[in-house]
Amino acid sequence: MNLKELAGIIDAEVISDVDLSEIDVPNAYACDLMSDVLAFCSPGSLLLTGLTNIQIVRTAQMLDLPAVVFVRGKIPLEETVSLAKENGIPVLLTKYSLYEVCGKLYAAGVKPSYVPQPREA
Amino acid sequence: MAAPVCLEYRIEGNNFMTAGTASNNIKNTLKMLGIQSEVCRRAAVIAYEAEINLVIHANGGILKAVISEDRLEITAKDEGPGIPDIEQAMTEGYTTASNQAREMGFGAGMGLPNIKRNSDLFEIESTPGEGTMLKSTVFFNK
Repeated sequence: MNLKELAGIIDAEVISDVDLSEIDVPNAYACDLMSDVLAFCSPGSLLLTGLTNIQIVRTAQMLDLPAVVFVRGKIPLEETVSLAKENGIPVLLTKYSLYEVCGKLYAAGVKPSYVPQPREA
Repeated sequence: MAAPVCLEYRIEGNNFMTAGTASNNIKNTLKMLGIQSEVCRRAAVIAYEAEINLVIHANGGILKAVISEDRLEITAKDEGPGIPDIEQAMTEGYTTASNQAREMGFGAGMGLPNIKRNSDLFEIESTPGEGTMLKSTVFFNK
């Protein structure tokens, strides 16, 4: 599914300078713990979270995540939005809860992020 | 590749606004050098977790990346409080992070285990009261 269709499914307000229909989103990962995102979220996954600080965008940047969705009607901090814009990472805002967003996207066919296997020590 | 590429950053303690900038530079440099994306991702996670640790726990420190022909070596060195029990600190879920760090989404006790998991070689040395030295190596052709 592309990000434009996805935004429609969750009634999202979009903050982005890039064309959402060009961005393919096969997987998503929902989490408020950035360390868990860094551990378990596969590259290319959409990040769904209720945290809105600048480190969310940093985390997305580190993992090459295509976009970030802020749930529960949270309004991101200004620095969060500007870092996202600088890096061409679209930000989606939705009033739905994390659970509702997950449900809607899962029903629409967005797959879970695969969990990278722990490496041999 | 000729001489190794050496990147060194002074990381400011407790500054969550700039945290991640150095790691992003390291990641972008690797990409520019044409290093495969899976390796870049692992390197980014290692650098970022190490950088966040310097910000959260150590009142800052030095983050260094040396990129040579076959490997990347990331070193994080600080003069922070040190880690009394490294084995405990390496346990998933164990954390001593502040509330501020937790509110930012960190302090889940995953940082050091994440670094180790993504490293090919991992070393950590710490002396309470003196500081911590973490070294992680990622090979490019593995």
